[in-house]
Amino acid sequence: MSTITETTPAAAEASAAPEQQWHRPTYWPFVLPALIVVLAVIVFPWLFTIWMSFNEWKVGSPTTFVGFANYLRLPNDPRFVEAVGHTIFYTALSVILPLIFGTLAAVVFHQRFAGRGFLRGVFIMPMMATPVAIALVWTMMFHPQLGVLNYLLSLVGLPPQLWVFNPATVIPSLVLVETWQWTPLVMLIVLGGLAAIPTEPYESAEIDGASFWQMFRYITLPLIMPFLFIAGMIRMIDAVKSFDIIFAITQGGPGSASETINLYLYSVAFVYYDLGYGSAIAVVFFLLIVLLAAVLLYLRKRMLWTEIGGGA
Amino acid sequence: MSPRQLLGRIGLWFSVFIIVSPAILFFLWMISLSLKYEIDNAAYPPVFIPEQFAWKNYADVLASNRFLTYFVNSLVVTGSATLLAMLVGVPAGYGIARMAAHKSAIVILIARITPGLSYLIPLFLLFQWLGLLGTLVPQIIIHLVVTVPIVIWIMIGYFETTPLELEEAARIDGATRWQVFRHVALPIARPGLAVAFILAVIFSWNNFVFGIVLAGRETRTLPVAVYNMISFDQLSWGPLAAAALLVTFPVLLLTVFAQRQIVAGLTAGAVKGG
Repeated sequence: MSTITETTPAAAEASAAPEQQWHRPTYWPFVLPALIVVLAVIVFPWLFTIWMSFNEWKVGSPTTFVGFANYLRLPNDPRFVEAVGHTIFYTALSVILPLIFGTLAAVVFHQRFAGRGFLRGVFIMPMMATPVAIALVWTMMFHPQLGVLNYLLSLVGLPPQLWVFNPATVIPSLVLVETWQWTPLVMLIVLGGLAAIPTEPYESAEIDGASFWQMFRYITLPLIMPFLFIAGMIRMIDAVKSFDIIFAITQGGPGSASETINLYLYSVAFVYYDLGYGSAIAVVFFLLIVLLAAVLLYLRKRMLWTEIGGGA
Repeated sequence: MSPRQLLGRIGLWFSVFIIVSPAILFFLWMISLSLKYEIDNAAYPPVFIPEQFAWKNYADVLASNRFLTYFVNSLVVTGSATLLAMLVGVPAGYGIARMAAHKSAIVILIARITPGLSYLIPLFLLFQWLGLLGTLVPQIIIHLVVTVPIVIWIMIGYFETTPLELEEAARIDGATRWQVFRHVALPIARPGLAVAFILAVIFSWNNFVFGIVLAGRETRTLPVAVYNMISFDQLSWGPLAAAALLVTFPVLLLTVFAQRQIVAGLTAGAVKGG
């Protein structure tokens, strides 16, 4: 695997030749069991999915090789095209809103106050809680007649909404849940960034009479930018493949107004049992996300470099 | 304390209050829903604290709906998937860290990024072919997709930061590689083991998408069971909320008690890209 090609930079790290002898290939027994598992449950499904995407395969009927036919169906499938649009809309909102709120929350949690640890634990509960359980309660809260959200709106004089029951507001409503759930992750990442900022810039800025906002805008924000970038990437990957919340609250409805690529993939593969076409959707979806992953990996390298540079 | 400092203090507490209230209010409302009779849950304006608590909702859930079966299913699936992942993932994390085989981590990263549904089509067919679909085995195996990458990823991070000097000293004393791992590296990495274990448990416990495809009536895990309650009991909010709370309670408990480990694991994973 790719580990073998790694010897050149690794050799530079090892100080002496016998050291290297002992270090490199002899660690294979440690990795082997995991490698077998990864090949069986991760790599095999990838390859099998690619192979199936070139076949017409419906459960109960024989398989026929159809070349790229499944892929050529995609651009002419209005439901798929619509799903791509929904996914982009859903993802964009689900990246931007948690980034904004997460950064604000991190600035607050960076201060010292009594009970900070406990409150941070409470704050991250939404992202650790079981998504289906949460979705169920949100469904009750979205209820147009009995839901508590419309009651809260009425308290501040706003008209009641249909939330997830209206095609026009269903995606923003789901994003509200997603934002509530995942803002804590952004907060934690940015908090890590804030902890790494030295205090000197703030001290001299204070002497120069800078306001809180100016310090945030010209010192904090540029220094936490790499962390924000990474938080945004992770958010993007998770939001693109978001499933549990959407499925449990709307199942892609009303109609298909909140059907994202992932939801459509589920319907094609496990409601219509059109496994060949479902595999083609999975491959295209996968490529889209791998593209994002490539960017993420590049960023990880950069982060590692700065970590090493900071530590040495 | 000067007036300005006092003002800052009040402002800070106000901000803290604003920031944590969505989480607190949500869970309080969840508890409130679960402890109300239907008449209170259907009231408008909503009742926050009922005059009579409906403890019966919890009793009903625990008594009916095969809740215990599903709880045991969840326990078996999450327990097996986590233990297996620790068994293969911890040595693998060690090996990858010591071989400095950073590129092999790409597989882990892509696994983290691939939507769960992509694994389901081929593995569903495989399990069908093997005739395993009526058992818990398919779910245990597919949960490895979640747990193994988490464990390997976190353990790479921990073993990379543990000092090599001790291991080298042990080696000079004639220890084998396995002994070095078992008696030197592993004890040092104990905090990492806790982090990997806790996160693997939580993400496996919460998993829903694998269960809706692979679980039959008898093999549902708790998230799937609760989802199926929604479709049948659309109008009885009390027992539904009680069930939801029971499902997520172990995780919330773990979040509060292992808050430090979770934060460490998530930020390490996040900053390093997982």
